[in-house]
Amino acid sequence: MRSIRAAATGAVTLSLALAASACGGGSPTGGGSSDSPKTLTYWASNQGASVEIDKKVLQPELDKFEKQTGIEVKLEVVPWSDLLNRILTATTSGQGPDVLNIGNTWSASLQATGALLPWDAENFGKIGGKDRFVPSALGSTGVRGQDPAAVPLYSMAYALYYNKKMFADAGISKPPVTWDELVAAGKKLSKNGKWGLGTEGSNPSENIHHAYIFAKQHGADFFTADGKPDFTNAGAVTAVKDYVDLMAKDKIIAPGNAEYAQNQSVSDFAKGKTAMLLWQSAAANLTSQGMDEDDYGIAPVPVRSGTPGGGANVNSMVAGINLAVFKNTGNLDGATEFVKFMTSDEEQKILNKAYSSIPPVAAAQSDPAFNTPANAVLKDTLTKSAVALPQVPAESQFETAVGTAIKELYADAAAGRAVTEASVKAKLEKAQSQMPAA
Amino acid sequence: MTTTAPVTTGRRAPRDGSPAGPVPGGPRRRPGRLRRTALPYLLLLPALLFELLVHLAPMVIGVVMSFKELTQYFIRDWGAAPWSGLGNYRVSVDFDGPVGEELLRSFFVTVGFTVLSVALCWLIGTAAAVCMQDTFRGRGLLRALFLVPYALPVYAAVITWVFMFQHDNGLVNHVLHDQLGLTDKPSFWLLGDNAFVALLTVSVWKGWPFAFLIVMAGLQNIPKDLYEAAALDGAGTWQQIRRITLPSLSAVNQVLVLVLFLWTFNDFNTPYVLFGKTAPASADLISVHIYQESFATWNFGRGSAMSVLLLLFLLVVTGVYLAVTSRGRRTARA
Repeated sequence: MRSIRAAATGAVTLSLALAASACGGGSPTGGGSSDSPKTLTYWASNQGASVEIDKKVLQPELDKFEKQTGIEVKLEVVPWSDLLNRILTATTSGQGPDVLNIGNTWSASLQATGALLPWDAENFGKIGGKDRFVPSALGSTGVRGQDPAAVPLYSMAYALYYNKKMFADAGISKPPVTWDELVAAGKKLSKNGKWGLGTEGSNPSENIHHAYIFAKQHGADFFTADGKPDFTNAGAVTAVKDYVDLMAKDKIIAPGNAEYAQNQSVSDFAKGKTAMLLWQSAAANLTSQGMDEDDYGIAPVPVRSGTPGGGANVNSMVAGINLAVFKNTGNLDGATEFVKFMTSDEEQKILNKAYSSIPPVAAAQSDPAFNTPANAVLKDTLTKSAVALPQVPAESQFETAVGTAIKELYADAAAGRAVTEASVKAKLEKAQSQMPAA
Repeated sequence: MTTTAPVTTGRRAPRDGSPAGPVPGGPRRRPGRLRRTALPYLLLLPALLFELLVHLAPMVIGVVMSFKELTQYFIRDWGAAPWSGLGNYRVSVDFDGPVGEELLRSFFVTVGFTVLSVALCWLIGTAAAVCMQDTFRGRGLLRALFLVPYALPVYAAVITWVFMFQHDNGLVNHVLHDQLGLTDKPSFWLLGDNAFVALLTVSVWKGWPFAFLIVMAGLQNIPKDLYEAAALDGAGTWQQIRRITLPSLSAVNQVLVLVLFLWTFNDFNTPYVLFGKTAPASADLISVHIYQESFATWNFGRGSAMSVLLLLFLLVVTGVYLAVTSRGRRTARA
């Protein structure tokens, strides 16, 4: 009898505790994973060849930060496929990290949620001022005219990576400068099971990056000046068709690339299966795949005619990673301190060297490591001929909608179905209909 | 997941006549009757609260969300999101609009996929179970082997299929094209219309062992003498299966088909691991479609509305199915 009574008491107590905690769960808890000033949580994007490599790169720096400030930083490296979802979930629940990495193209979309700390003059003052950063990198931190939603951390640009030996064997003396030259070279290289160019046909983001630059080179855009989606204008349709035609018409991309989405095109290039690759800051990745630095060359991405520059001669997006602070962090001072540390000249040099990216901090760029011929191409592109992806709140939806449309067009091309202006336009029309009503 | 098996056998247990469990109404009844009646409920209370917390609360929140305009501008502060009334539902079922049209297409793809998958799972599972009924050497080993797809973690199993379905280096193309020469060029299995076949293959491969397991359990309850009597009367194997095995399994099948239907219709993991976030149109199952609708467009209100519609549909199907099959069985028995 006594044990039954004890059980009943236990059951009731448990229920009460449960009810109490259930009610508590609904109310905002002040957010951030740390309410103590001595810890921070940091979500880093996966920059190296693997999550483990990232941990090895970042942990010593975080230890350094702890030694300087006494603040312990808990690191979590989040794979790309999960990062945006994790950020969305954190935004929705209010339970997120204190400091996090975001893909710089998402800046405007995430800015619209209001979850990120705006970098006004005062906040920028705490990390040494806005003018420490190069303008192109600042151009991809949120909607123009608003306080940036994040600060630039790593900058990257697209370049043309080419296999020197395969070029020599095919009798091609220098890397192509225009698309016509690239197609001509690609045709010479595509034989005996080897292919001219590699791409990631099933990766919506990669597709968008290329299609956007193609559109810019045709003097077009996917958004109107006031930020409304405009996917079916003549320039955009031609741009997407030109890009898919590299496989469909010119046949310099292996059909199998249509299903690539896990950087298989980088492996193919490292293994000498494809001779050219359009990629952002691939050096570290290629090294980890066993390709010697002397075996490949780096050249600017081709343009339609002339040389890379502004206007219709841009040849890369401003790629990169931004560092953001979650607005409801319980440790705002510590978070700002950490951003200051990560964007300091010294840390910028260390981290960007490790990831073969370019520092968005002007003073750090003078380091000789960023002035090797290879990095000079990337740096030049970033300063002279790179353009930011649309800084509009619907950017993230645009990546998915149009990126998926291009994936489907690649599937058509791979299966041998015709890719025509009409079929491209139909896919883009469908993509536009999926966009939120502006 | 495995609760269905004990349920069917458990119901049979009392019929054997052995009084299981404590005898109700013991010798002493007087002291604290109220306390006595309350006790079971008190003991149930934590479970009930957990159930509410884990199942019902998220469902209610989901339903509430479906009436809000929960877009990227409001996900940080749900309270500020404006009420949209039936707006999300209206968009979802406006089959002339792009959103509704896609949802309807995805719905039909899912229905077709589910019907085929459940039918094949049931057929293969039942056939295998019937074949395994007679004892022979190595039966235990085969039974264990058959259950492997069901026991494997979904991700590990499906990602292996992804590798096998690859265009360039996949095992499937290697066998079909390189070795057997059945196709004139390697096929894409994860893109275009073939994706439906790939998805169906993986789904059946993963699902039939469950049907096998349940039917096998059901077969154990069919008395042997029925078959012996039938054999004496001159019934062949096929007649035995049709006249004895299948009718005796009807109770098991009723539950099995329903469970398979619900799992397959709702399956998210298989298509998501196979195709990633953007499934080809031919294999655009509704669960992934709804995920895409909420996470890719950041419109969680509309995603919730679609989920509620899906829930209602499944409830209706389940209700009608149970009503029809139960009545069918009752009349058959009478």
